[in-house]
Amino acid sequence: MAGIVGYGAFVPRNRIKSEEIARQWGKDPETIRRGLLLEEKSVPGIDEDTITISVAAARSALDRAGIDPQKIGAVYIGSESHPYAVKPSGTVVADALGIGPEVHVADFEFACKAGTEAMFVAYGLVEAGKVEYALGIGADTSQGAPNDALEFSASAGGAAFIFGTRSTLADVVDTYSYTSDTPDFWRREGEFYPRHGGRFTGEPAYFKHVLAASRGMLEKTGLKAADFRYAVFHMPNGKFPLAAGKQLGFKKEQLETGWVVNTMGNTYSGSSPTGLAAILDVAEPDDLILITSFGSGAGSDSFVLRATAELPKRRGHAPTVRSMLDGRRRYLTYGEYAKVREKIIVNT
Amino acid sequence: MREVAIVAAGMTRFGELWQSSLRDLFVEAALEALSGAETDHVDGIYVGNMSGGQFVGQEHLGPLMADYLGMAGVAATRVESACASGGMALRAAFFDVASGASDLVLAAGLEKMNDGADVTAVLASAADQETEAYHGITFPGLYAMIARAHMEEYGTTDEDLAAVSVKNHAHGALNPKAQFRRKVTAEEVMNSSLVAAPLRLLHCSPVSDGAAAVLLCPLDRAKEFTDRPVRIMGTGAATGSMALADRQDPAFLDAVSLSAGRAYKMAGIKPSDVDVAEVHDCFSIAEICVTEAMCIVDRGKGGEAARSGFTSLGGKLPVNTSGGLKSKGHPVGATGIAQTIEIFEQLRGESGDRQVKDAHIGLAQNMGGSGASSVVHVFQRV
Repeated sequence: MAGIVGYGAFVPRNRIKSEEIARQWGKDPETIRRGLLLEEKSVPGIDEDTITISVAAARSALDRAGIDPQKIGAVYIGSESHPYAVKPSGTVVADALGIGPEVHVADFEFACKAGTEAMFVAYGLVEAGKVEYALGIGADTSQGAPNDALEFSASAGGAAFIFGTRSTLADVVDTYSYTSDTPDFWRREGEFYPRHGGRFTGEPAYFKHVLAASRGMLEKTGLKAADFRYAVFHMPNGKFPLAAGKQLGFKKEQLETGWVVNTMGNTYSGSSPTGLAAILDVAEPDDLILITSFGSGAGSDSFVLRATAELPKRRGHAPTVRSMLDGRRRYLTYGEYAKVREKIIVNT
Repeated sequence: MREVAIVAAGMTRFGELWQSSLRDLFVEAALEALSGAETDHVDGIYVGNMSGGQFVGQEHLGPLMADYLGMAGVAATRVESACASGGMALRAAFFDVASGASDLVLAAGLEKMNDGADVTAVLASAADQETEAYHGITFPGLYAMIARAHMEEYGTTDEDLAAVSVKNHAHGALNPKAQFRRKVTAEEVMNSSLVAAPLRLLHCSPVSDGAAAVLLCPLDRAKEFTDRPVRIMGTGAATGSMALADRQDPAFLDAVSLSAGRAYKMAGIKPSDVDVAEVHDCFSIAEICVTEAMCIVDRGKGGEAARSGFTSLGGKLPVNTSGGLKSKGHPVGATGIAQTIEIFEQLRGESGDRQVKDAHIGLAQNMGGSGASSVVHVFQRV
């Protein structure tokens, strides 16, 4: 049975508070903090992008896996902010990690679901016996247009998972995917920022897919909410994943560990994978974990994982998600944020 | 003129109906009305709709709706008066039957607001483009100014405004077709997000999809279609100045007063004869101003009426037993017909937990813009 043999996450050190963004646009910060449950979000430094975040997260995954990078036969990166429109992120990441050249590499895109998609394919190849190890990454330096509701959430970070069959930290019990043509959020070629259908992104998009995938996963495995120690759902804001969890019968104690959004923001493809990493940082052997992603357009991937006795032994080999969220941070003014996010256009 | 009766009604649920298109909504409501009267034909259709063109890019709704109802061939046209479109469609249908030109006429209202349009901007096109909308004002802003004027003139308080929302949500909680079937407290209302001071989120009607339809025929033929027809006793319509700034008194809705006076006169009733009323509470302050302008409460006492229970279910004159626009939802073009249906059901004794005892006379008041158009109908149990 295939499972996760190594995992790692990375969250940049820069932060901006919801209050600071609200002040810039004359919005009421309390509405954001109470309504969307967002306190602050991570911001990439001027030299940080999907590639650097992927490399940092994957290094931690390799440290926990303790395997030779040369044994990794596939590298997949899911993101909606690949630095190049044409030229893969995966080649740079594989090379930086000492993987390849005998390796299959691909960049994935499916809005915020691209991360679990990369994980799903990596897991599938290992389970099928095509490769010994495969690396699946979800990472983003998310885009949100100035003065759009997305600006309060769109943040930077990611998580990496190495799948294998021996000495796993968490076994994949089963997977389930649910997809339909639902155009709730998109960015066309050449546009800086994604656009969205406002409230259409909620009920008919996020909730329909997250709930259907999670319910399908539970039905397929014969498990119920109470069987799980932890669950994490894609986190476009603080409110949605808690509401989805509640509708599925999960309690606050099951949801709060992976619910990293209120201080991290929405790392798009990295969102639910980073929540999963935060859960693996504390899970005990035999704990059952549910993760359900969501990508606009739209679809959800669900995984049921079971933590093994190896997890507590090796998770100390790399930094935890909490240590990055609660550790050293640098708070930016809106002006500094505008600079590092290259929102200030300078003629050259 | 002939006496006219309503013999059947049909209405969709109100809410964010992502699975239903504009035409789906119409067909659902219209078919329910037709099957209620066990008829498969009508002589004409009036479709009340504010802005199919801006909300979903569809104009020419008369033939479209007739066609999708399987009735291409009948006379059908759209009637527009911003948020009063539904009430005006009923008025047009009433005259069509009253004049003797048609016997069986469908008056419908519909709006599909949740389809990606910038709703606030579309609605703002019902304000004066040159003197209001051009400068950036939106309807929450206009009604906020009306509220400010009312507070200044009569000492109306935040608690008064909140009482209207609390009452209408309590009513809407009992309405299976309402968008928000839940009660709210005055504290929740007064702590909700500020939209345009003094108006907060829970003072504002929501963005809704929905359709409603009623079937009209001459009163002397009504028994062919139902045992319990409801007679339309009177109709009154009026206009006022389009721009709020041009009004003598921004806290008084002249068009509402005129339209109500005309409807009362035609019906031969006094305001005190009314047992149940649906009025246009697009914002909580609107219910206060409308009930005052219609003389169903004293000037300056609209807020107190909600607070004291005078206008609550069980009170002297229950107002907005459906939940009003606030709780039931406000698919703008459908609202006037939905109000009519609430009164139709009240007068037939079909309102279940919301039933007003011994209701004989009811009225529906529907308004466009910041009160530039208003239409009132008075109904009677037969």
